[in-house]
Amino acid sequence: MSDSEMLDKDPSISRRNFIKGVIAGGAATYSAGYLFRSGSGLMAQPSAAGAVERLITLRVNGQDRPVDVLKQETLATTLRYKLGLTGTKMGCDRAECGSCTVLIDGVPHYSCSVLTHTARGKQVTTIEGLAAPDGTLHPVQQAIVDGAGFQCAFCAPGFIMSMVAMVKDNPNPTRAEAAHALSGNLCRCCDYNKILDCAMSAAEYSRRV
Amino acid sequence: MAIEKKLFGQDYSTPDLVAKMTGKARYAEDFRAEGMLFAKLLLSPMPHARVRSMDLSAALAMDGVKAILTADDLPATENPLDERSLTNEPLYQGEPIVAVAAVDEPTAALAIEKIKLDLEPLPFVIDPLESLRPGAPNARREGNNYKDRTTLQEVKWPIEVFREAGDHLPMGTPDTEWTLGDVEKGLADADYVLDETLFHQSQTHHPLEPRSCMAYWQGGKLYIHPSTQSTQRTVPNVARMVGIDPSQVVVIAEYCGGGFGSKIPGTINMAIPALLSKKANLPVMHRVSRAEENAFGRARPGFQGRVKMGFRKDGRVTAIDLYIVQDNGPYGRQGDYETAANIAHLYYTPENMRFRGITVLTNTPPRAAQRAPGGVQITAMLEPMIDKAAKELNLDRIAIRKLNAPDTTTKYGSNQHNLTSAFVREAFDKGAELVNWEEFKKASGQTNGSKITGVGVALSAYVAGSRGFDGLIVVKPDGKLYVHQGIGNLGTGSFADTARVASDLLGIPWEDTVVVWGDTSKGVPYSCVQAGSQTIHAHTRANLAAATDLKRKLQEIAATDMGGSPDGYDVGGGRVFRKGSPGSGMTLAKAAERAIALAGKFDGHEVPEDINAVTKEGAAILQGQGAMGVAKDNYGGEGDLWSFVVGFAKVEVDRETGHIQIVDYTGISEVGVVANPRGLAAQVAGGAIQGFGLAMSQKWIYDPKWGVSATHRLYTAKPPSILDVPLVMHHGSVGIPDPQNPIGSKGVGEAPFGAGCAAVICAIQDAIGELDLKRSPMMTDLILNQLEHLPQPYKVLATHV
Repeated sequence: MSDSEMLDKDPSISRRNFIKGVIAGGAATYSAGYLFRSGSGLMAQPSAAGAVERLITLRVNGQDRPVDVLKQETLATTLRYKLGLTGTKMGCDRAECGSCTVLIDGVPHYSCSVLTHTARGKQVTTIEGLAAPDGTLHPVQQAIVDGAGFQCAFCAPGFIMSMVAMVKDNPNPTRAEAAHALSGNLCRCCDYNKILDCAMSAAEYSRRV
Repeated sequence: MAIEKKLFGQDYSTPDLVAKMTGKARYAEDFRAEGMLFAKLLLSPMPHARVRSMDLSAALAMDGVKAILTADDLPATENPLDERSLTNEPLYQGEPIVAVAAVDEPTAALAIEKIKLDLEPLPFVIDPLESLRPGAPNARREGNNYKDRTTLQEVKWPIEVFREAGDHLPMGTPDTEWTLGDVEKGLADADYVLDETLFHQSQTHHPLEPRSCMAYWQGGKLYIHPSTQSTQRTVPNVARMVGIDPSQVVVIAEYCGGGFGSKIPGTINMAIPALLSKKANLPVMHRVSRAEENAFGRARPGFQGRVKMGFRKDGRVTAIDLYIVQDNGPYGRQGDYETAANIAHLYYTPENMRFRGITVLTNTPPRAAQRAPGGVQITAMLEPMIDKAAKELNLDRIAIRKLNAPDTTTKYGSNQHNLTSAFVREAFDKGAELVNWEEFKKASGQTNGSKITGVGVALSAYVAGSRGFDGLIVVKPDGKLYVHQGIGNLGTGSFADTARVASDLLGIPWEDTVVVWGDTSKGVPYSCVQAGSQTIHAHTRANLAAATDLKRKLQEIAATDMGGSPDGYDVGGGRVFRKGSPGSGMTLAKAAERAIALAGKFDGHEVPEDINAVTKEGAAILQGQGAMGVAKDNYGGEGDLWSFVVGFAKVEVDRETGHIQIVDYTGISEVGVVANPRGLAAQVAGGAIQGFGLAMSQKWIYDPKWGVSATHRLYTAKPPSILDVPLVMHHGSVGIPDPQNPIGSKGVGEAPFGAGCAAVICAIQDAIGELDLKRSPMMTDLILNQLEHLPQPYKVLATHV
């Protein structure tokens, strides 16, 4: 099913049920997002008839997150400004740097260049979803903390998501394979040498789990 | 002072790492506040223009628009030539003119579209040499060159200067000039003289975090979350830009997503959310895009240069005659070219040297320090020339560099300053051993299919420390040591590395050390800027001074309570105890309680006279919370601090595609005592890779007809990716203590950049022969043209191409 078909056919939530869910779940705090404000502003304009459903549920980090989404809204914006998940960074707004990388059904994507509506019905994983609820770090995160990876670390959440996908696809990568797997992410501190060190130990840590 | 370094010098994980790796670390754009508005900017589409009129009414009338800011709303600068956050006379394409705050970003963006702006185009110039021609435009109406700090003048050179120069650098009257010895004689006495015209392009910093900024007002104070390298030193800059007293500013910035010199005291746009927030009485987020980052995010000044160097047969440099025309951008007289001249003297220590230079204003983005300002440019320009001389004179490339290298006794540069230490020959020796130089250089010229190998070695140096700042630490009744840092956290780790000196002196384990950083409301000492590789040197000293002060106080507390002389007590293992009896005395937790009870100097109610007013304010915040150590770094010292890096690069140049692959890189640092081995290795490798970008891939192109950037995004600017670098990079360090720092450490952030850049250029030259165009970056097309004996698309001095 294509993304647009999925949008058309997703019957899981009616507007009425969504609003009920929001009230019941108390999840409205962040959904009243910063790019959407009632009363004034472009984002407050009501949807035209026949427009894409705005009130949707995203599956993020294993939780159902009801959220009001404009049709042109990117996943990075939704995550950062409506779901409070600011761990996903925006370094370029346009699929150049990889800071906004998240996993969609386990596959790394630049969330700045994914329309939120196309992520409906899929599993979205962000940097906030890697550690266990008790704070136990994901093996990839632990490897990086132990190896003191990254400098300014603005790129780190994106790199880590790529690493998580890498260790799943290729649990025993060579250094060259790791570099290739991470080549969609830019680090301007150019800490690539240490990032590769960490990627190799991340794979090792992950194999042990 | 001998201290037992249990922590300092060891690998460890800095206390910010878990937050960074879990997404909890908040950078400027991650802050939120109730009712937060979004700001957007109207940027100048022209490289030089004047606002004739603007009509804001349609924008102001829009539903959701809460405030509009123009240059007329900004406080005047003390120096009328200085840059402000907004302008009525844009001096480069992309300079902000109007800012709008609205309830959401699309509304702010639409409001920008509704502003009617009437701009009068003014003559512009993007090439410094062009601006020096008779009758050519000036970048500013007042001129193209700084006469003094607050005055511009017009400088034009006679047309004959340009005609006579041909393809060489025209050299008219400079704005700066100095001479050591007799250059003419030095060149006349030389066995070999080279005379080259050289070029190094300007380059945007492009930190990965754009300089976004959020601000709000509360209780008469401005709370600001900028993307800034420094913490304490950002406060006065914000205050000046916003027009308020520093006491009204709270800077909260625990993380900075890279700066490389472009965010030293914060950023030029900080006043925008601050003043919009004041107008709207709501918090304002100013989110900066990547294209905006290219426009007002700072850049390294480019050089157009000419050098004559004389060599004796044995390789000793007899004279350097250097001329640099610097691309200054429109604002603020940049010092790169003057620093570059001093560095040229430092590297090769000639008896005779003349420097002439001029910095010329252009209508291209504002320049600022970029990691080793002046150093990278001159290193990339001159180090390949040393190789040319070595080849001509049949000398080993390390031998010729060692012959000319400085040592601790060297007096360098125009003012013949002393160095605190320089172990450059030791660095070459260490590197030669590590890479096995005799074997390494045998790879030169070897071919593998279409690929030809080249090897290069280069020396790089930069200033590496400062003195005289303050330390502020407290042991609280929880028994923990709180080290308050006013330096910033842009990823070097020095905010934590320098704290470990205090832990070591007091024998406090790292688990019981809390580094407090990134928030000026929590009490900060007067600190150096987080820039210029200063912090490791400056704040190991400052924290040592504070820890020494605290240790003395703990001894006095023990003597007061338990008798005897303070000198009879020692501190360690979480206690202050009678010497020789580590189980005696009292815990530090108890001593902290006693300090509070004794008050006075013990808990910070009384502080030394000689500390800075900023530190006194910080101490006032923390007084009464425990035993306080607060002191100025009075260790003194004589001479300038420099650290050195020697880079070794091996490249493969594909003769068919022109592609350059760097296959091996080793950096040897001379930084005194190593503070954090893994952090140092990361600086040396990361800096080198940034240098690789300037050597071979990173572009900075301006359209000469319209003065508009063609490389304002990352995919066009092409900074290095993980596939552009060797799979493994190596590092070694000399490790001889700097005698003028009681801890022995020097900084390192700057020097690695030039080493990487120059070593790669040297290696490319080694692979394909003397370069047609002595300029960086050496792009694939230029290399292919040279290999195919085709004409190059532009001449050596062409700028912004």
